[in-house]
Amino acid sequence: MSENSMRSTSMRSTLGRVRHLGSAKEGVHHWWMQRLTALALVPLVLWFVVSVAGLAGMDYAGALAWIGSPSVAITLVLLIGATFYHAQLGLQVVIEDYIHNEGLKIAALVLVKFAMIILAVASIFAVLKIAFGG
Amino acid sequence: MAEFTLPANSKVKIGDTYKAPDGAKRVKKFKIYRYDPDKGANPRLDTYEIDMDDCAPMVLDALIKIKNEIDTTLTFRRSCREGICGSCSMNIDGTNTLACLKPIEDVKGDVHIYPLPHMPVIKDLVPDLSVPYAQLASVEPWLQADTPPSPTEERRQSPEEREKLDGLWECVLCFCCTTSCPSYWWNGDRYLGPAVLLQAYRWIADSRDERTGDRLDALEDPFRLYRCHTIMNCTKTCPKGLNPAKAIAEIKKLMVLRQ
Repeated sequence: MSENSMRSTSMRSTLGRVRHLGSAKEGVHHWWMQRLTALALVPLVLWFVVSVAGLAGMDYAGALAWIGSPSVAITLVLLIGATFYHAQLGLQVVIEDYIHNEGLKIAALVLVKFAMIILAVASIFAVLKIAFGG
Repeated sequence: MAEFTLPANSKVKIGDTYKAPDGAKRVKKFKIYRYDPDKGANPRLDTYEIDMDDCAPMVLDALIKIKNEIDTTLTFRRSCREGICGSCSMNIDGTNTLACLKPIEDVKGDVHIYPLPHMPVIKDLVPDLSVPYAQLASVEPWLQADTPPSPTEERRQSPEEREKLDGLWECVLCFCCTTSCPSYWWNGDRYLGPAVLLQAYRWIADSRDERTGDRLDALEDPFRLYRCHTIMNCTKTCPKGLNPAKAIAEIKKLMVLRQ
């Protein structure tokens, strides 16, 4: 635990260490967005599961036509956006919770943010390509 | 990374056994964590057999009996023996609680007693709580107002305003909740923990305090406040039946409301 390493290497007072660099004055936005995306994902994921189950037995051309219809394409893009935003926010918390090596933590945070953006853009591009008849 | 196993020099070994006196009919075994930093040895679990026909009902009574009659080297904190001072907080039968409020008969089988989890141990059942104490000081837990008090009367508060402090003022700062929180175990150097956040909310909720915004400013931080992931161990373990998780939720609510 980093607390123990601070104990042994620093002669700073406990209160000084606790106050440390002060409050970051942020965190509300992250917390609120995590809840908003969670709320949005409830109907979106339900819709997705039911719809995909309904596609059972459909051929390739039929599936393409389904994804390409405007209402489905728009809902899919919303689902993809909310999913990867929510995933990024959640993974960030897991990394901050468990990785205590500062360098490793920042590397993991950057990697996760980039990965989520790449995955989201690639997924949205796939839907748009079908929707716009690529 | 987070640590999921004890370091080699913290592994608990089997210790000594102190037999019950001959003729004891109702014998209960107390298995107690022992550690002496001056010895350089690993911690051990000593077993004390107590005749329940000759012991008062609470776990603290048994500890005092052990210290008085069996083994004077056993070290633990205690003072009021009635759940007000918050000194005798420890892990009994797997749950953080106050030894003075925990009836021995509530424990099925042997009574396992450990110090509060994930804190450095000073000796036996005495943990080093200097970090949580400093965290408490950091939230400035006293009334702060710029309006000068009237020379003739106290700062007034309606009964409804006073009611908002119920469930908060009763906290005795035993830190059972804080040391039961996994998020505090992993990030206790930056996360304030449930006890300190409940105390912070006690002053945020006080209608006489005029520094509510400053208090929220000081808490608005990904670690100080938002390491709470509503695990709820705090509320489950509180020996006074308080709800620190709700106090933290109220702080988070105010953070959104002032946006």
